[in-house]
Amino acid sequence: MTSIHASSLAVGYGKRPVVDNISLKLQPGELLVLIGTNGSGKSTLLKTLAGLIHPMHGELTLLGSAAGQLPTRVAYLPQHPVSSHTLPLCVQDVVAMGRYAHLGLFKRSTDADRLIVLESMKRTGIDSHANDPIRDLSGGQQQRTHLAQVLARQAEVLLLDEPTAGLDLNGRQVVADLIATERARGVTVVLATHELADAESADAVMLLAQRVVALGAPSEALRDEYLRECFGFTQPH
Amino acid sequence: MNYLIDPFANNEFMRLALFGGILVACTCAIAGTFVVLRGLAFVGDALAHGVLPGIATAMLLGVSGIVGAAIGAAVMMGGVSVVSRRFRLSGDTAIGLLFVGMLALGVMITSRSSSFVGDLAHILFGELLGITTTDLTWQFIALVIVGAIAYVSRRPFLLLSVDDGLARTSGFSARLFHNVMLTMVALTVIASFQTVGTLLVLGMLIAPAATGSLFARRIESMMLIAALVGSLSTYIGLLISYHYDLAAGASIVLTAVAIFAISATANEIRKSRGHDHHDHEHPHVHGEIHV
Repeated sequence: MTSIHASSLAVGYGKRPVVDNISLKLQPGELLVLIGTNGSGKSTLLKTLAGLIHPMHGELTLLGSAAGQLPTRVAYLPQHPVSSHTLPLCVQDVVAMGRYAHLGLFKRSTDADRLIVLESMKRTGIDSHANDPIRDLSGGQQQRTHLAQVLARQAEVLLLDEPTAGLDLNGRQVVADLIATERARGVTVVLATHELADAESADAVMLLAQRVVALGAPSEALRDEYLRECFGFTQPH
Repeated sequence: MNYLIDPFANNEFMRLALFGGILVACTCAIAGTFVVLRGLAFVGDALAHGVLPGIATAMLLGVSGIVGAAIGAAVMMGGVSVVSRRFRLSGDTAIGLLFVGMLALGVMITSRSSSFVGDLAHILFGELLGITTTDLTWQFIALVIVGAIAYVSRRPFLLLSVDDGLARTSGFSARLFHNVMLTMVALTVIASFQTVGTLLVLGMLIAPAATGSLFARRIESMMLIAALVGSLSTYIGLLISYHYDLAAGASIVLTAVAIFAISATANEIRKSRGHDHHDHEHPHVHGEIHV
């Protein structure tokens, strides 16, 4: 089954589309990287895929259903996850919230749920802070916590909005490895980023500048004329 | 020791006031935890004042104040929702408009009463020392209902406390559970106004929960600390009220705020001295993982 299918999709707020005429098809295990300047429409598209914003027009399905209908199978990491300084939660509790979509209101958590939470923390390297209050952690550690929460969902589609923001080099490598591992087990990933290097291993790259400037394989979409149109400069050769 | 125990040992009304205050403290601890986490203090304040016209009308008609308070809270919640959606106003503007409108309406209605000042003071500041065993029964029922709502909705409430979007992408209706949370707060206000009054109930909702948030690492422990602080405030406040002939409700709330201020200061001093030793001291996950 196709993981994500969009046809003539327009996304935006109110009556004004931020980006329109988006058509794409992603299969299980594929990685789509969204690249563009601030305000280019990356986050708006991701929010639409996550079901937080209704499509303005066009068709959109994720795993055969409308966006937002499959919370156990689609996970979304927002651009700036909230870690309120008043939130008295330790890291493992925040990560455990990733299981709530599966547990709903009434299901009791099992040992399997606890194991998934533990594994997710280990995978992002935040397990050593499992019992620390998230409000006392650095921005990078909080980002690892939120990443672990997304992994704990054990979803088939991951929507990641700048997951490497605030991470050091080690953290960025952890994210790259996570994406590779998830793809290897058939998870489809849509990644919004400012880093052109993130696009190298992608199956498809979408260059956005409040419209789709280019969509295709990295070698095709990252051509100089598209980058110049998108950013006003090209990458050094 | 007599100073601490005699007021309650020798006076039935003081014992009832203490039990009532502790029940209110426990109810407020549960609802107040989510009020603090979700940043609903202004909504809580508006709800506390929104019930005023309902109570005032009920008193004029000779009906139970609780029924009037429930109607007032329902009008307030519905009004906030309609005004913010229909007129494209920010939430706090909509709440502020309704808040002052309902407060003014309440004062106007109360002014029709022959005992205007006494009735208004009763509604605003409560009548803790006039509590009866029937009131205690109602407060206990309210505590059970608020506890049940919080327990059943604990997962969406927690997600909402982080982010509406997280709740929605986890399969929970943000609007539905926001309204459930408001209902829980309204129920707490209705159950508490007779004890500490509509003006001071906000203090019992916020001060103990805010103290809990300083030290807790889990929602459950935040509620527990809030309940303990609220109960301790009730005890100390009643003692102050008894020995110095001061208003009971105000003494309780002022004590709760003072405990927060002392706790926050102590917490800051502890942190500045580097005693907040959580980093690098837990190389392995320990304790049970709660999901």
